[in-house]
Amino acid sequence: MSILTEILAAALGTLRDVLPIAVVLLGFQLLVLRRNIPNLRRLAAGFAYVLVGLTLFLVGLQDALFPLGETMAEQLTSLRMGAGGPGIWLDYGWVYAFAAAIGFATTVAEPALIAVSLKAQDVSGGAISARGLRIAVAVGVAAGVALGAFRIVTGTPLPYYIIAGYAVVVLQTVYCKKEIVPLAFDSGGVTTSTVTVPIVTALGLGLASAIPGRSPLLDGFGLIAFASLFPIISVMGYAVAAERMGRAGPRGATKEEAP
Amino acid sequence: METPTERNAHLRDLVARGHALLRICTGSFRDLVPIIVVVAFFQIVVLQQPFPNLERIVVGLVFVVVGLSLFVQGLQIGLFPLGESMAHAFARKGSLIALLAFAFCLGFGTTVAEPALIAVAAKAGEVAGAAGFIGDTESSRSTYALQLRLTVAVSVGVALVLGVFRILKGWPVHYLIIGGYLLVILMTGFAPPEIVGIAYDSGGVTTSTITVPLVAALGVGLATVIRGRTPLLDGFGLIAFASLTPIIFVLVFGMAV
Repeated sequence: MSILTEILAAALGTLRDVLPIAVVLLGFQLLVLRRNIPNLRRLAAGFAYVLVGLTLFLVGLQDALFPLGETMAEQLTSLRMGAGGPGIWLDYGWVYAFAAAIGFATTVAEPALIAVSLKAQDVSGGAISARGLRIAVAVGVAAGVALGAFRIVTGTPLPYYIIAGYAVVVLQTVYCKKEIVPLAFDSGGVTTSTVTVPIVTALGLGLASAIPGRSPLLDGFGLIAFASLFPIISVMGYAVAAERMGRAGPRGATKEEAP
Repeated sequence: METPTERNAHLRDLVARGHALLRICTGSFRDLVPIIVVVAFFQIVVLQQPFPNLERIVVGLVFVVVGLSLFVQGLQIGLFPLGESMAHAFARKGSLIALLAFAFCLGFGTTVAEPALIAVAAKAGEVAGAAGFIGDTESSRSTYALQLRLTVAVSVGVALVLGVFRILKGWPVHYLIIGGYLLVILMTGFAPPEIVGIAYDSGGVTTSTITVPLVAALGVGLATVIRGRTPLLDGFGLIAFASLTPIIFVLVFGMAV
């Protein structure tokens, strides 16, 4: 019975969330553009799908995605690697391993990333291999999320990491080929799919509340920021490295001859 | 009454729609598989502990997959075609005010309903309440979450207005983005530390399910109408702004609350 009331409550909230879009689109269509609504039945069906879908997603969010991240954080922090006392960051090795594994696994097969890396292969004239780029980005995200977990464990300030990351991005933007830059920025969004975001958020908050001396509000957020910053760095880094190596090696010579 | 051919057409439409739904369902399930594999590996090999409430989580995951699939399918059959045709119509109409107003409303409206943002905002409200940063009641938590979402939604609206303006004026995108990052760094120094993490995370959350396709449609629509603009570069500019302004606006929100 409780799941029914949960669904009903979520449905009401969803209606409030989706109504603004409907009002915006219909208002502009009827009042500003002064056109009729084409395919009214399809539109109504679409809205019904959106309402039901978002409602179910929100119920699943509370019942599955959040608890999944929290439980993993709780169980992993209770499993210390060393025998040392609290506050020794090396003790939390399994936490970093899990963070890296989640980062790598959710990135490497992401369709948006596959599209981006194929485009990069085209733009670079083959100097950048699509597969190499995909793995580079996935490793980058893995390192990013693990570093984010390390930051939560040690409680060091988030702005230092992010500012350092931005500085690297700005430097790379200067050195990188112009065509790669938009692709790199696009790839920043690929790791943050709708399923990944809640789990990673809950993981960070769970870590911050399980580790003594950390506050969820001050230390728990930031994993998503790491996960969207590191792909940018690794795409441009890989592009620059691939160009350099391509120019030095025999493959670079054949590229030179191509039109 | 429907003639048999009409009924056939309806039937075919229904089958096609079912196929599309099934394809999207496997798509959202595919998003979930790597997570399930990693969690299962750590549970079985490393932790070797019983997982609490496993049945509830499995049921919840089914809800997530089905819900997300219906959501995306609904957007594709209803909202995206309308939004795209309107983006093209406004780009061609030539009225700057109407175009900017539409860009703002598009950014605002699509971000308010972004599922990932709803999730992060709900958690932020919960955590802020538990830490005594705001009052720890159900209503103050949900108010905080709603304010946060509205802040991010306004910021994405502003990002689109800025982005459209940039496309029209032909300003180079790099300077604006580097300037935006510098502003973020500067403001981080003044913002309360409680908001910084939430602010940085909200930048990565907005570029997700609903916003990107509609925003890209607006960028491409504009770029095809104005001569000398490339769709790839200009659509990209809008999305890059949409992940930068939320950070700035949420930092301001943190200073104001």
